[in-house]
Amino acid sequence: MATAEIPYQETVPLHHPKTWIGKYVFSQDHKVIAVQYGITAMAVGLVALFLSDLMRIQIAFPGFMEWFVEDYYYQAITMHGMIMVIYLLTAFLLGAFGNFTVPLMCGARDMVFPFVNMLSYWVYLLSVIILLLGYIPGLGGPTGAGWTLYPPQTITEGTPGADWGITTMLASLAVFIVAFTMGGLNYITTILQARTRGMSLMRLPLTVWGIFVATFLGLLAFPALFVSAIMMILDLKIGTSFFMPAIVSLGQTLAYDGGQPLLFQHLFWFFGHPEVYIVALPAFGVVSDLISVHARKNIFGYRLMVWALVFIGILSFIVWAHHMFVAGMHPYFGFFFATTTLIIAVPTAIKVYNWILTLWKANIKLTVPMLYALSFVLTFIMGGITGLFLGNVIIDIPLSDTYFVVAHFHMVMGVSPILAIFGGIYHWYPKLTGRMLNDTLGKWHFWITFLGTYIIYFPMHYLGFIGVPRRYYENFESSFYPVSAQHLNEIITWTALVVGVAQLLYVINLVHSYFYGKPAGDNPWGANSLEWCTPETPPGHGNWGDRLPTVHRWAYDYSVPGSEKDFIPQTVPQGQTS
Amino acid sequence: MRKILEHHVAILLGLVVVGSVIFNVWSPWQFTEIASNWEFIDFTVKVTWWITGVAFVLLGLFMAWAIWRYKYHESGESHYEPEHPVLESWLTIITSIGVVIMLAPGLIVWDDYVQVPSDAMEVEVFGEQWTWKFRFPGEDGIFGTTTVKKNVDRGMDGTTFEPNITSLNPFGMRDGDPHGEDDILIASNVLHLPIDRNIKVVLRSKDVLHDFWVPEIRAKMDMVPGMITYFWFRPTRTGEFEILCAELCGRGHHIMRGEMFIDTQEDFETWLDAQVTWAEMKAGQTPEEPMVAKGRQIADQNGCFACHSLDGTSVVGPTWKGLWGREITLSDGTTVIADEEYIVESIVEPNVKLVEGFGSVMTPYDFEDDEMEALVRFLQETSE
Repeated sequence: MATAEIPYQETVPLHHPKTWIGKYVFSQDHKVIAVQYGITAMAVGLVALFLSDLMRIQIAFPGFMEWFVEDYYYQAITMHGMIMVIYLLTAFLLGAFGNFTVPLMCGARDMVFPFVNMLSYWVYLLSVIILLLGYIPGLGGPTGAGWTLYPPQTITEGTPGADWGITTMLASLAVFIVAFTMGGLNYITTILQARTRGMSLMRLPLTVWGIFVATFLGLLAFPALFVSAIMMILDLKIGTSFFMPAIVSLGQTLAYDGGQPLLFQHLFWFFGHPEVYIVALPAFGVVSDLISVHARKNIFGYRLMVWALVFIGILSFIVWAHHMFVAGMHPYFGFFFATTTLIIAVPTAIKVYNWILTLWKANIKLTVPMLYALSFVLTFIMGGITGLFLGNVIIDIPLSDTYFVVAHFHMVMGVSPILAIFGGIYHWYPKLTGRMLNDTLGKWHFWITFLGTYIIYFPMHYLGFIGVPRRYYENFESSFYPVSAQHLNEIITWTALVVGVAQLLYVINLVHSYFYGKPAGDNPWGANSLEWCTPETPPGHGNWGDRLPTVHRWAYDYSVPGSEKDFIPQTVPQGQTS
Repeated sequence: MRKILEHHVAILLGLVVVGSVIFNVWSPWQFTEIASNWEFIDFTVKVTWWITGVAFVLLGLFMAWAIWRYKYHESGESHYEPEHPVLESWLTIITSIGVVIMLAPGLIVWDDYVQVPSDAMEVEVFGEQWTWKFRFPGEDGIFGTTTVKKNVDRGMDGTTFEPNITSLNPFGMRDGDPHGEDDILIASNVLHLPIDRNIKVVLRSKDVLHDFWVPEIRAKMDMVPGMITYFWFRPTRTGEFEILCAELCGRGHHIMRGEMFIDTQEDFETWLDAQVTWAEMKAGQTPEEPMVAKGRQIADQNGCFACHSLDGTSVVGPTWKGLWGREITLSDGTTVIADEEYIVESIVEPNVKLVEGFGSVMTPYDFEDDEMEALVRFLQETSE
């Protein structure tokens, strides 16, 4: 049928914004929304970075900051964790990268529901503001319950922020989920409905695949967090007992009765484990594309890479209780969840093999985005294999709640996705702004960040082996805690401070290059995917001028034998080479 | 030299891999020496360590080598081969075998871990913010039942109840349960256990999640209010070990410590015999004059004992034992006599004159005159 070949979005008229505010503030352009998401996420991320350095100073030099009392410490670990996982990583990978790449890589003019897309950002901003309201002075500060928010302590007096702080936290999460849902429905619908002619699903770049699967996970997992937030607010405000058994809190017997704290943990981790992959899968996708483009070679085993993403996504819903091996659930669950958890290692390992095999017999350009992609792979291998320790139920018993866990999850879902984000930013900044980022600053930033984070987190596993428990304001002297371990903590803290300050290089680079960067041209990296084929750089509203592009091939035709250039964009018809 | 600069990325990545291996070999920080029967856990860790370690080194070095070998040249060209089903299948199979080798011993040990031997002796660990208590079942070998509330009345106008866990009944023993009478109650954070006996640790919490953990034992499990959880182990060497709380439990999480002594059977029995049973504890509680009883009730209801002990142990705040009339050093180095004036001031404005070594964490309390009088009277009485 001839009509079926006209992409849906070519038939819809574009309404260009008429005012400055419509163009840059309440914009419905996916690229502007991506920038808004990105800047907000980075700003709140800097808050989390600052909190982490305060924590590190306290751990290495207890008593140095006398004003930094127990409450501040526990509030800092909670806010740091929640900001990084939700308001930075999820928001950046899906809100910023998702918004920027999905329409461009699919060959669409914009998201399918641009107005809802705009709302998504403003509701996200609202959730960030509500979160930070926790710090209003005089109300007890934000919650210090740890980012996992386990009841009963979350809403009892022994925990800082047990009233105002936890209320703002729960409200903020609920609002964030509304924002995520609006964005997520857009990504899914756009990927399914608004791909340009010729762009079959199996021709999509892996970035889009990663975002696609991650968004599915988010839409199915976030509701579990949403209901648990609502239930906990009811427990707190009107005295229901969803999560609250009969307890004696600091000497006072509370009216709660009959609730089940483990119910919350199950709901939380039913969200929380897929959340790991909500962060990881887009990072996988981005890194796959970066490696392929900058190694001038097709990604190895594309189809298997897609199926691994899908398989990991499905499995991620049946492994959640590996976070609860010591939680007191029925011990026989351990057999099931240990098995599913170790099975998920297989598709994940396949992804790692394929990244590395892409490097084999390639022609590797060590650009800054490529450096980040390579460091991602190495960091992710380290984070992944320590996951094999913790996923194996019996090994988790001695290691859970120690610094081994802290090191593991920072490597696998803290540092790794952030390295992927940096790689993506250095890669797409030229398309976004029309200017290149400064290479020298970029390399300094890269080496300090990569080597620094490795020095921070690799030795931290060994603190876990000794038995140093996590979430301790102060370790004091302990029979199993040698003085040398405290020296190690001091080294880690100094490194963390250097890495923290080094992020200024990156901020300076972003700002400086925006005005003074080298002009980038349309396709500085010689990449194939559609975003590099736009008629203008930066792409205008509607992305493609009068007519949407036509796709003739997959995104990975690099160094095809017989072609004069080492890349063939997706818009080049079969049989031609440029 | 030029070559090193040209290939610095490959070299540095390779050094990260090699450096990790060297650190691992030379690290003074390894598993704490084990003191229980769970050597098989350590064995499973070693298996996983070797398999994942070899994978890490191979993958990392392959990557570094590939970056060196296939560095960009204008004239260079990559090999075009989108897929290689045979290679991909083999990698999948090898990975799966590795996973099975790691998982199988893990599940076998887990099966041991969750099945308590029938000859195990029981001890209950009772967690509260931010200290530990312990209970043995006594001569009948059966724990008495416990409850947080008593006389619960679910009426039309709401539920009423009386607290059952108080300073006079710190374990919340249920009235009238005969199994409870001979239970041995240890209201301090020092536990003694015999060597070479299988021990089932029964876990209970009265407020929030805690986790009873001794690193040398390897085993741990959360304590969940409203539930009874457990694990078991067999101590294999005598000595003193530190008990830690491994589940975040509020602002005092890091001070929730205790001591566990592994004794010979003889020493253990001597120690156990010196402890009181629930029946003895009740019998030893002489009737208090009304004013003192009222003061105790006020202290109970306001949660004072969460931070102030009556037995001399320092928790979050100073103990009340021996406090009355003593000369104490304040945080600014001056001294003051703990008389009625000072104690009342410390209740109303607790952070003005802090005892040396304690933080400003207490919230101010305001009592009616008669309540304050009762509280002071109780403090005076209990101090002796």
